[in-house]
Amino acid sequence: MADVGNNQAPAGIEANNVTVTYRNGHTAIRDASFSIPNATICALVGVNGSGKSTLFKAIMGFVPLAAGTVEILGKPAGRALKRNTVAYVPQNEDVDWDFPVLVEDVVMMGRFGHMGFLRRPSKVDHEHVESALRRVDMLEYRHRQIGQLSGGQKKRVFLARALAQESRIILLDEPFGGVDVKTEESIITLMRSMRDEGRVMLVSTHNLGSVPQFCDHVVLINQTVLADGPADVVFTRENLEQAFGGVLRFHVLGGQDLHDDDDAREVTVITDDERPFVLYGENDPAAKSEKVPDKTDQP
Amino acid sequence: MLELLWLPFTIDFMQQALITAVLLSVAAAVLSCFLVLRGWALMGDAISHAVLPGIVLAYAAGVPVVIGAFIAGMFCTIATGFMTEHSRLKEDTVMGVVFSGMFALGVVLFSFFAIDVHLHEILFGDILGLTWRDVWQTGLVALVSVSLVWFRRKDLIIHSFDPQHAKAIGLPVRALHYGLLVLLSIVIVTALKVVGIILVIALLIAPGAIGYMMTDRFDTMLLYAVSSAVVASVTGIVLSFALDSAPAPTIVLMLMLIFVLVFLFAPVHGLIRSKRRARYAGHVMNNPG
Ligand SMILES: Nc1ncnc2c1ncn2[C@@H]1O[C@H](COP(=O)(O)OP(=O)(O)OP(=O)(O)O)[C@@H](O)[C@H]1O
Ligand SMILES: [Mg+2]
Repeated sequence: MADVGNNQAPAGIEANNVTVTYRNGHTAIRDASFSIPNATICALVGVNGSGKSTLFKAIMGFVPLAAGTVEILGKPAGRALKRNTVAYVPQNEDVDWDFPVLVEDVVMMGRFGHMGFLRRPSKVDHEHVESALRRVDMLEYRHRQIGQLSGGQKKRVFLARALAQESRIILLDEPFGGVDVKTEESIITLMRSMRDEGRVMLVSTHNLGSVPQFCDHVVLINQTVLADGPADVVFTRENLEQAFGGVLRFHVLGGQDLHDDDDAREVTVITDDERPFVLYGENDPAAKSEKVPDKTDQP
Repeated sequence: MLELLWLPFTIDFMQQALITAVLLSVAAAVLSCFLVLRGWALMGDAISHAVLPGIVLAYAAGVPVVIGAFIAGMFCTIATGFMTEHSRLKEDTVMGVVFSGMFALGVVLFSFFAIDVHLHEILFGDILGLTWRDVWQTGLVALVSVSLVWFRRKDLIIHSFDPQHAKAIGLPVRALHYGLLVLLSIVIVTALKVVGIILVIALLIAPGAIGYMMTDRFDTMLLYAVSSAVVASVTGIVLSFALDSAPAPTIVLMLMLIFVLVFLFAPVHGLIRSKRRARYAGHVMNNPG
């Protein structure tokens, strides 16, 4: 996989004025535009119902676009899909865990686009499956039925499938749902190494705290794109307030509560539902320093 | 007694019945795996009832019944989809209304046209009145549908398991969806003469359900489905001859017998094994160490 990063190369994912209207007439996304460069981990952040899953469906062509275009690596999304460029890691709820397939069968499904008409796996396919499973540390579970895994292990199986698929673009819908801190860390490590190989990952998440830690790029969404750009520019308190309205929980500890001296810096904890986003410093975006706490038990 | 059981294998019309039933049950069993995995059980039932008006009209117009049945079956699924989308009703509700309505329409239409088949034959089959031509036709259908499903099974599995991934890797999802529906209609029409449209649903569900309870691998599931369907067909026909009972319901009863046995005694997912496992777990919890 070629290292990309120069400006001439087309963007990983580019959406122009995308509008999605469901068949019941509900317009879930209106006039959304953003651009995600190559070799990037991009967070897709927004309240429940803001249209994150809808945006994934639009990129994958599951719902028709009422207006606008989506381009993947400079080509229309439909063409990119045919060429096996996009992998999708589904939300846990979308999978039938009783289905009679084993872990290695699921990962092998990633290889189908590379196989011939009869889908007979070659030696290369088997090697890809094995190395993908090894990379997510799931090789010893290869003969388990997929329902007989923990939540974090299930996630890793689908990540392995995306790896085996060798796609440049990977869409992950809430990969951290029901996953403990250790697995979350290992998924993040894996995503980082995939980014370094030049892949683009678009990740919807409610773990606001982890976003600055592992994402290079952020798209804030609520029916439309509120802001998109590098994480350190976009992921600010003001933008988050705009994206989440009253839904966010803010906990501000003022300077006096925090320090015995007359240090005016304060701690701001912003949480959607999971890992909180913590700002420390005077309430001035320019002077802020960020720190990510370990995941604490949320009420 | 033994002679009575052997006798059917020597009589012409019984041979035809046996061969046709086995061929049909293989085709149905292969499809049943996908019906079970996709939760299409009611869909299968709906289509098998909804084909009736199509069959009657095709008979009346003198076109092949397969065509009429197929159009009616498609109409049922499309109408169901449309009405589900444009109302607040759930799909199974709409389906129940649509297919019973179409079935009723078929029965009413039947009395309008002078057709030289008995309604009873369409509903319950006429397995003892088959000809060698029926045998060949069933064989052809079985060959085509089984080989289509076998060679495209991996695509069909992905499409059933994760349609989003199927689309992501560029599989022709529409073709797979409608292809399966077409095969379903063809098998239902073929089953007409053998078991009739009322009982065909048993052949389209039970074998897959049996396979599903027996194993966690698809290919093995397919094997169990086909073998249980074949065993039920043969024993059902032989028994019906010995007991002088109607063959089609006897086949279905044999299938149900296998189903109940598997439900109780299947190695991993059977009731008794799961109960024992639960009790063992409880035992370990109560007596740690
Ligand atoms: N199939 C559908 N038909 C009609 N409306 C839908 C459909 N799916 C989603 N919607 C609506 O579109 C909006 C966006 O939904 P979407 O699932 O994209 O939200 P989300 O951002 O993924 O939310 P969450 O954080 O809960 O996953 C919601 O208002 C939802 O009710
Ligand atoms: Mg969602």
